[in-house]
Amino acid sequence: MRACDYFALPGVSSKSLKVWQRNKDVFMKDIKLNFLPPFIEPLLYLVALGFGLGRFVETIDGVPYAKFIAPALISISVMYASFFECSYSSYVRMYYQKTFDAIIATPLTIEDVIAGELLWGATRSVINTTVMIPVIALFGLIDIRYSLLIIPFAFLGGLLFAAIGMCFTAITPNIMSINYPVLLFITPMFLFSGTFFPLNALPEIIQYFAIAFLPLTHIVNVIRSLGYGILELSLLFDLIWIIVVCAILLLLSINMMKKKLIV
Amino acid sequence: MIVAEGLTKYFKDLVAVNGISFTIEEGEMFGFLGPNGAGKTTTMRMIQCVSPVTSGSLKIFDMDSISHPREIKSLMGVVPQENNLDMDFTVYENLMVYSRYFDIPREEAEKKVEELLDFVQLTDKRDTMTESLSGGMKRRLILARALVNQPRLLILDEPTVGLDPQARHMIWDRLRLLKKNGVTVVLTSHYLDEVEKLCDRLVVMDYGRILVEGSPSSVIEEYVGSGIVEAENYPELLECLNRREASYEVIGDLVHIYTNDPQQIAEYLTMKCPISKMSARPATLEDVFLRLTGRRLRE
Repeated sequence: MRACDYFALPGVSSKSLKVWQRNKDVFMKDIKLNFLPPFIEPLLYLVALGFGLGRFVETIDGVPYAKFIAPALISISVMYASFFECSYSSYVRMYYQKTFDAIIATPLTIEDVIAGELLWGATRSVINTTVMIPVIALFGLIDIRYSLLIIPFAFLGGLLFAAIGMCFTAITPNIMSINYPVLLFITPMFLFSGTFFPLNALPEIIQYFAIAFLPLTHIVNVIRSLGYGILELSLLFDLIWIIVVCAILLLLSINMMKKKLIV
Repeated sequence: MIVAEGLTKYFKDLVAVNGISFTIEEGEMFGFLGPNGAGKTTTMRMIQCVSPVTSGSLKIFDMDSISHPREIKSLMGVVPQENNLDMDFTVYENLMVYSRYFDIPREEAEKKVEELLDFVQLTDKRDTMTESLSGGMKRRLILARALVNQPRLLILDEPTVGLDPQARHMIWDRLRLLKKNGVTVVLTSHYLDEVEKLCDRLVVMDYGRILVEGSPSSVIEEYVGSGIVEAENYPELLECLNRREASYEVIGDLVHIYTNDPQQIAEYLTMKCPISKMSARPATLEDVFLRLTGRRLRE
């Protein structure tokens, strides 16, 4: 496979929705358990950080601390939901459960399977966001007019992290090794993407690094703006960054998985 | 139904299938035999359109395996070597979810699934998660799953591996029934009695090549003869056999004498040779297999 083959347009068909449906059916079997984390987690963070730690923090850019971190919590959930779905969970389905092998014996191709997995990963982000928004809105921490726009945006953000997760699934030699990208990429993003303190508190070089290479930075910018109900032109830059990187990584992840699985 | 010409598969520098050609007719039951690493599973995976052909041509239902994988796969059922049932679902759900991959309308699928559960005798287990099924039940469910799209061609890679005799017989019985209904069946197996019983024609593969092709009886006849006389190995016996130019093989402290007329050989041995023990039996596919592929263990 030559380098440019990794960015070739894969032959994905609408049959990838069958894979999405399969994953949705499994999710629905344990719906109560699956709905619990996005419901409980923001509450824990809000109480501990927003209302606990927040009492010792002055307002950030004139915004109370709880209100500052509420959109970041949604962003982090967008990241976690799709990244973990398309890394650990996809790996389990691919390697241990042989689900992909079974599906490609039908008219579906491996490209359809991976596309379905990515769509499902993004859907997990949407589900989490949809559960979290009312909870957070109940505390009056987000602008209810614009916050509904967060839901479709969560799909785009979800696709981005789904593709990132899938790229790691394609190169990881075993399931334990997925811990490396979690430790070296996901966790730093959780902390250094303008989530719990503004990016401009960091040295300038790190700020630029975060803007260039940490996708969560852009997700947080967009969701925070929507949460505050203030739309600025600079969001366009974040959106374009997300769309371009997302498109590249989607192609890359499908082609990498194809190379890994089709021998 | 399947036509392969010069079919070749490389894994990097390793040649797994080395320019094989074969034709499988509609309605036939066709077997692929060979030791581990002979290239059987690779050939099966190319027929299933999940492993790309390196060179040569492979046509299934008159369609090229590279350019029409979706169309070919929609007409084919596959029983893989490894159990890959969806363990997130019950027996019933496994078949329903699988039907969906073939775009089978829901009502039609429900009807077909009931029919298939009955066909493989798993109706009682419909709501069981697949993890709790026994090995035989899993294999039966996989057979049912391979039939949800009413395939014209069924590919089975070691369908009865690890099963008890009851389960094996049940699967054989079902395969015969399918064949009777006009389904073309292609299988690989290490159980040579299975292939001898079931298959109309077979090939023996080794090192990526086809060594022989034909019906089980013709292959046995041609490569070992209809009977085998087993005797204890003495140097004098071998001399005796050499004098008669008999076809034989020494296997440890046994000598296998291949013949079309066991009685004649037996008489000759008792009359002319110093022999203590011997027995005659009909030749089997296993004798052909070992004769062609040797007795050395394979990885």
